Amino acid sequence: MTTHDNVVCTFCGCLCDDIEVEVRDNTITAVKKACAIGKNKIMHATSDPPPISVRGVETSVDEAVEEAVRIMSTARNPMVYGMSSTTSEAQREMVEIAEITGANLDNCSSYCHGPGVLARQQVGLVSCSLGEAKNRADLVIYWGCNPVEAHMRHLSRYSLQPKGLFMPEGRKGRKVVAIDVRPTPTTKRADVFLQVQPGHTFEIASVLRALLNGVELDFPDGADSVAGVPVEAWREVVEMVKKCKYGVLFFGLGVTQCRNTDINVEQVARLVQDANRHTRFSAVAMRGHGNVNGTNQVMSWLTGYPLAVNFSRGFPRHNPGEFSVVPMLARKEIDAALIVATDPGAHLPKDAVDFLKTIPVIHLDPHRNMTTPWATVVIPVAPVGVAATGTFYRMDNVPLRLKKLVDSPFPTDEEVLKTMKEKIAYAANN
Amino acid sequence: MGSISGLLVTVRTAKQGSEMVTSKHGAPYLAEISTLRIHPDDLSAVGVEDGGPAVLASPHGEVRVTCKGTDVPKGLFFLPLGPVANTLFSAWSTEESGVPNWKRINVSLTPCDETAEADNTGQGAER
Repeated sequence: MTTHDNVVCTFCGCLCDDIEVEVRDNTITAVKKACAIGKNKIMHATSDPPPISVRGVETSVDEAVEEAVRIMSTARNPMVYGMSSTTSEAQREMVEIAEITGANLDNCSSYCHGPGVLARQQVGLVSCSLGEAKNRADLVIYWGCNPVEAHMRHLSRYSLQPKGLFMPEGRKGRKVVAIDVRPTPTTKRADVFLQVQPGHTFEIASVLRALLNGVELDFPDGADSVAGVPVEAWREVVEMVKKCKYGVLFFGLGVTQCRNTDINVEQVARLVQDANRHTRFSAVAMRGHGNVNGTNQVMSWLTGYPLAVNFSRGFPRHNPGEFSVVPMLARKEIDAALIVATDPGAHLPKDAVDFLKTIPVIHLDPHRNMTTPWATVVIPVAPVGVAATGTFYRMDNVPLRLKKLVDSPFPTDEEVLKTMKEKIAYAANN
Repeated sequence: MGSISGLLVTVRTAKQGSEMVTSKHGAPYLAEISTLRIHPDDLSAVGVEDGGPAVLASPHGEVRVTCKGTDVPKGLFFLPLGPVANTLFSAWSTEESGVPNWKRINVSLTPCDETAEADNTGQGAER
């Protein structure tokens, strides 16, 4: 039996890097320190792979790759999409395939935290590492997120309970505010819970900015509440912000997917900037999939844009709402799709999935999922962080190197994509 | 007793995340993503017992859900992200943002027959 220490869990953006995994005869037999989701993910990492297939007929990897190359080489307006749960090395290959084929290139963040990424490009974001939050934060705000259920060890490792260099008392030294539309296990851990009406993120950020900047509020109709919460409560939050030594705001999809999407996050980012006139204050997006942040990083390095890129003119053009995956599928504008490390059958609206079922779809994933039953070409791959190495970006933009713990009978995403890229480039040049 | 309207908000749950990484074709995953959290008063208004079935409908589709009375605001319904919830959304309704209205779509909830056949897993079916 071999015990691997400091293994990185690849489920969510926390990328907890202290996991212990026991391996016996190339099989994972125990997982320690991980959360319930991370433990299940690692224990089932190599189970239930789909058969290698082309149009439902089992075949070899080589023949599946040949068919995938044929599809991508002959498509007039293909899409390359996904990437959120694979390595940045594989993501780089996907960007190159998209460029060679003149494809539309998008990642899962375009319908999750993408609005926040766009906002950061517009107004910037004062941010910090999770280590700084652990060591310094005496005020923590959770806004539109529920880490107790979605990022299970976030509170214990980074933001709420841990004792840090300047936080020797851990939880006792911290004030915690939660803003959400409903009570959650996270809001129950907060000192102050502000239950707001849905769809009012922009107004909340605006009133907080106004109060922070000393603007006198005027409610001509006599109302004295914003998003269903009395202004006095918002005033108390602002006083907590002014008095803290180091505050961190963690925001989730409740902010980015709220009405107005990126405009909300712009206003939240400006709120954080304003808070820095009084104290030290940062914000961190609660990224979901393990390396969805890496897709934004890699696409930004290589194309200049974090999502929704079109290569049809030979150079990258960027327009969310036009070149991002959901509207492209709504307009039925693509005629083939290369989808890696995501499961559109489970994650996209039904009419988008119904259209995908009518065009050739190449799908790379370690597991049988809601897309593999109907994808044209299915190539199972080695699960990253368990049977493949590579780089993942944590939610605070810190890159971590993944370990290989067991051997897999399947190639890695990176290997398959590199082979596809070389064959597509050869076909394009001959 | 009868149909009621409200705003559907999709959410993550611990069980949904845990079962999703175990198997998306497993019964626990399908049961969790079909479980609707609503206020007990709304449950009474629609005439469904805690744990009973109902049909949740939007302008884009309808699904059968299992209702669970929970401490949530009246008029707001919460369903875990997944292929069941996604039946109720359209790729057209992104308001040019590229983001479907996963936190804000108007839906109606209607009681249904206990023995009615559920058709919530169509997205994973072969074409």
